[in-house]
Amino acid sequence: MAKRAIQPINAGSMADIAFLLLIFFLVTTTMDSDTGLLRLLPPPPDPNQETPESQINDRNILEVKVNLDDLLLVEGELARLEELRDITKEFILNPTDDQGMSEKEMKTIPFFGDVMATKAVISLQNDRGTTYSVYIAVQNELLAARDELKNDLAINTWGIGYYELDEEKQKAVDDYYFVPISEAEPKRVGGR
Amino acid sequence: MSKFKKSTGKEVGAINTASLPDIVFMLLFFFMTVTVLREVELKINVALPEATEGKKLEKKSLASFIYIGTPVEQLQATFGTEPKIQLNDTFKEVPDIQEFIAQERDALDEADQSKMLVSLKIDRTTKMGVVIDVKQALRQANALKIMYANNPVDVITQY
Repeated sequence: MAKRAIQPINAGSMADIAFLLLIFFLVTTTMDSDTGLLRLLPPPPDPNQETPESQINDRNILEVKVNLDDLLLVEGELARLEELRDITKEFILNPTDDQGMSEKEMKTIPFFGDVMATKAVISLQNDRGTTYSVYIAVQNELLAARDELKNDLAINTWGIGYYELDEEKQKAVDDYYFVPISEAEPKRVGGR
Repeated sequence: MSKFKKSTGKEVGAINTASLPDIVFMLLFFFMTVTVLREVELKINVALPEATEGKKLEKKSLASFIYIGTPVEQLQATFGTEPKIQLNDTFKEVPDIQEFIAQERDALDEADQSKMLVSLKIDRTTKMGVVIDVKQALRQANALKIMYANNPVDVITQY
């Protein structure tokens, strides 16, 4: 049987098909990367267990309250959102050993040895009428205060920022500034 | 003899387009790998609040999304203007969240179930009441890793 010569396939429209697919994917997909504030909720309360009385010394708690008019109360005093970061940092560091600010305790942390670490706890309370964006802004400032302290410590110790450190060193820094941000059970603050 | 001779009409050869499909396919594969398919059609307005400390969501496959906001204009006649919770494609109430979380958790591999994360995409003008209810429901459903989605900015300008 005579061999038939294979005709070359016309690939001219290949580009058109590929373009069509490309445009389809461009339209149906999103490229926006999701960012957000990571938080951990407390586990659900155990009904069989009575809530233990808070063992934390009052001076170690930084009380932050937001009312339904989105006003901020820090340690019983009216504050502006712009001030919150510095207030929080000062409260955690307590450079002058003020009786009204957080205590420190001896802790043994890898890389640092025996250090006086803070015992501060931040308590955040908000009203059901608080606006979400204000709540996020407050959370953001509190997280920023803690992250800035961690970053400063990393730069002072190793000369590089917190996020460039390896996991073990990050953990050590986390240990140094272990400042939980606790959210109290919701209640009405300054309701009408 | 003139100095400005008309150039002897040298024909421009046809450009070889044989490699064009390859180039376009390369682009196509690039977009296919770096993007994700749009998951849900939003029935509510969600303008995320601004924050500077947001962390990037590393593994989108581990995340479930809860949207809260006011219904879009076309649906306001039927659903009103009060903030609503949207799970997947439908409006739901707070008690439905437990079931939703259970479903989402079952959809994940067993090894990944503990890493599950819930991303809350909440409109900036929402009042905290509904957010608190959702958070309590998430606690009951044992979905404790949450993320408040936000717009990354350098300086917060409005809140």
